[in-house]
Amino acid sequence: MSQIIIYTIITLVAIGAAAAIILYFVAQKFKVYEDPRIDEVEEALPAANCGGCGFPGCHNFAETLVKTESWDDLFCPVGGNDTMSKVAGILGREAIEQAPKVAVVRCNGTPEFRPRVTTYDGAPTCAIAHSLYAGEGICPHGCLGLGDCVVVCNFDAIHMDPDTDLPVVIDDKCTACGACVEACPRDIIELRKKNKKDRKIFVSCINEEKGAVAKKNCSVACIGCAKCFKVCKYDAITMENNKAFIDSEKCVLCRKCVLECPTSAILELNFPPPRKKEPVVEASETEIK
Amino acid sequence: MSIKTFSRGGVHPPDNKLSAGNKIVELPPPELATIPLSQHLGAPAKVLVNRGDQVKVGQLIAQSEGFVSTNIHSSVSGKVLKVDQFMDSSGYRRMAVQIQVEGDQWMETIDRSDDLVRNSVLPAEDIRKKILEAGIVGLGGATFPSHIKLMVPQGKTAEYVIINGVECEPYLTADHALMMERSEELLSGIQLLMIGLGVEKAIIGIENNKPDAIEKMKEITRGSSVSVQGMKVMYPQGGEKQLVQALLKREVPSGGLPIDVGVVVFNVGTAHAVYEAVMKNRPLINRIVTVTGKGLDKPSNFMVRIGTPVSSLIEKAGGLPEATAKVINGGPMMGKALSTIDVPVVKGSSGILLMDESEARRKDVKPCIRCTKCVSVCPMGLEPYLLMTLSEKSFFERMEPEKVMDCIECGSCSYTCPSSRPLLDYIRLGKAEVGKIMRARKAV
Repeated sequence: MSQIIIYTIITLVAIGAAAAIILYFVAQKFKVYEDPRIDEVEEALPAANCGGCGFPGCHNFAETLVKTESWDDLFCPVGGNDTMSKVAGILGREAIEQAPKVAVVRCNGTPEFRPRVTTYDGAPTCAIAHSLYAGEGICPHGCLGLGDCVVVCNFDAIHMDPDTDLPVVIDDKCTACGACVEACPRDIIELRKKNKKDRKIFVSCINEEKGAVAKKNCSVACIGCAKCFKVCKYDAITMENNKAFIDSEKCVLCRKCVLECPTSAILELNFPPPRKKEPVVEASETEIK
Repeated sequence: MSIKTFSRGGVHPPDNKLSAGNKIVELPPPELATIPLSQHLGAPAKVLVNRGDQVKVGQLIAQSEGFVSTNIHSSVSGKVLKVDQFMDSSGYRRMAVQIQVEGDQWMETIDRSDDLVRNSVLPAEDIRKKILEAGIVGLGGATFPSHIKLMVPQGKTAEYVIINGVECEPYLTADHALMMERSEELLSGIQLLMIGLGVEKAIIGIENNKPDAIEKMKEITRGSSVSVQGMKVMYPQGGEKQLVQALLKREVPSGGLPIDVGVVVFNVGTAHAVYEAVMKNRPLINRIVTVTGKGLDKPSNFMVRIGTPVSSLIEKAGGLPEATAKVINGGPMMGKALSTIDVPVVKGSSGILLMDESEARRKDVKPCIRCTKCVSVCPMGLEPYLLMTLSEKSFFERMEPEKVMDCIECGSCSYTCPSSRPLLDYIRLGKAEVGKIMRARKAV
């Protein structure tokens, strides 16, 4: 009886030893060497796997950071400059600084400004509504208000405002990963330079119709009159396809264009209320006369 | 009567053919006609007229641009007001020619008499050329340029011409009216198509809910090589792949066309337009439109000029009922809701359907209960529930091996779903995305 047990043990040990030897050589033969720095870099990244850097996940991005020579196009928008300098420290390289950005919704077509003429009762996604028709409001470029941008946001930074039917970005939470920019079928959302105190000046309209049509579609549409273009001293404004565009890199937030815009299509956000109130009062008085 | 039908899937929505048996009423030209430059599948036509030009009925105003494209003719006479962007049925703005109508002057080359011209001695080549010149497209709704269908690719032979008189969409009666009133012309058009393709046999497929049309066509085709086949009422029998399968028991391969099994399919409206083009020199400038709806005073079949505003059609049919909630361009199954009724009738408009609140309302979407009703009704043998989920989750790459491109967008899945899920909406989105992926791959 005990003999059987001994034989069994010996046989099993022998098989085990043989298998171990084979496995050892196989492991040596097919060994994959991975740079240990990749794991270190990945550790330093935010682990959001959001794809904002253009890679499928943080691991792929870390791998690219370690392997490529030029870092020109490589940036983690979520971690920002802090993370990039940390990564640079690990790899003993110099970080490329990039100005932080924030997502901005360039449509102000609330039901008040852009009357809704139809009711959409199809599948509740912007992508489908966009492929079907111009939308509940008449403007074929305006926000559809079905929230594809909200669904894709990993950071809870964008919400629909039920009063305006437009998405609102929470600047503190927005990491500028660009998921909403991709998701919007009408390219309404843009990543713009983040300014002090989240101040923003931008043309809140992307329609390409001629002025008269644009104005008919929405009372706060950019009508392409180029008044802002003429008043801007910093070459920050360009006119193309019947609409104005303010380059956030060049804009110095002087707010001259805001006053010029006849349709209030240019929005200024997070600025303190104007100090000099007199000229405003005068203007309104003359109008009443 | 035989009970031929296609073998896979299908649904049977209530017929509601309110305007059946009503005579075709010819409407006078509108005061202002808006003729879009893109009324067909493929590239928009290139405009030939300028603002201020005088045009006549039947004059070429936009020329075919590229292989898949076709000509567009003026349907009215008068002065060109604008060549600009106008709102189309989807609310997007597209190029169109707007004409202020003055009188009704026709091009001299057009034979306006009602005399029947028979027995063409024209060679196939000339027939094809005339069809291209006349700007004829598939009038069943897909608006595919007809002259391309007449060019049989090398290595393939056409054996049958199938004429689609099925009209499986509920409510619509335009094809029915055409078969009843223009049957002689229709037969002549079919014979022209047969010459154009060099085939000996033609079959007209008509569903059994139109017994008078079957009777009439049988009587007229007696003694000719055109046969008439009554068919079981089943949607979407008017889909060309389903029709071929039902009549000839031949299955069009996935991704293929009916010509792959030796068949070319035309709508009855198209065959009639071919007759007008070849025998009467008359380009495609008008079509039959069914204006219908339960709330409408006079559901009618109108012969209207292309470019007539939809609103005037509704006016002629008794005016827009108060309770209208939705106006649909086409039939209830495949048609698209209009965002405004100030859009023109185009070559592809087969019907205008008015729905009230109770008909138009889409029920609340509930979760999928895995009943697979959508799978059993899909006439293409697809799995709509799966395609919808993949599309919802943006797994577009996985939709291609699931044969999403075979979907004919008949809407049987959405119609039958007990959870009223918007299956077709998502599948259509997936088709568009997969199409983009396929084009990108081809470009590389």
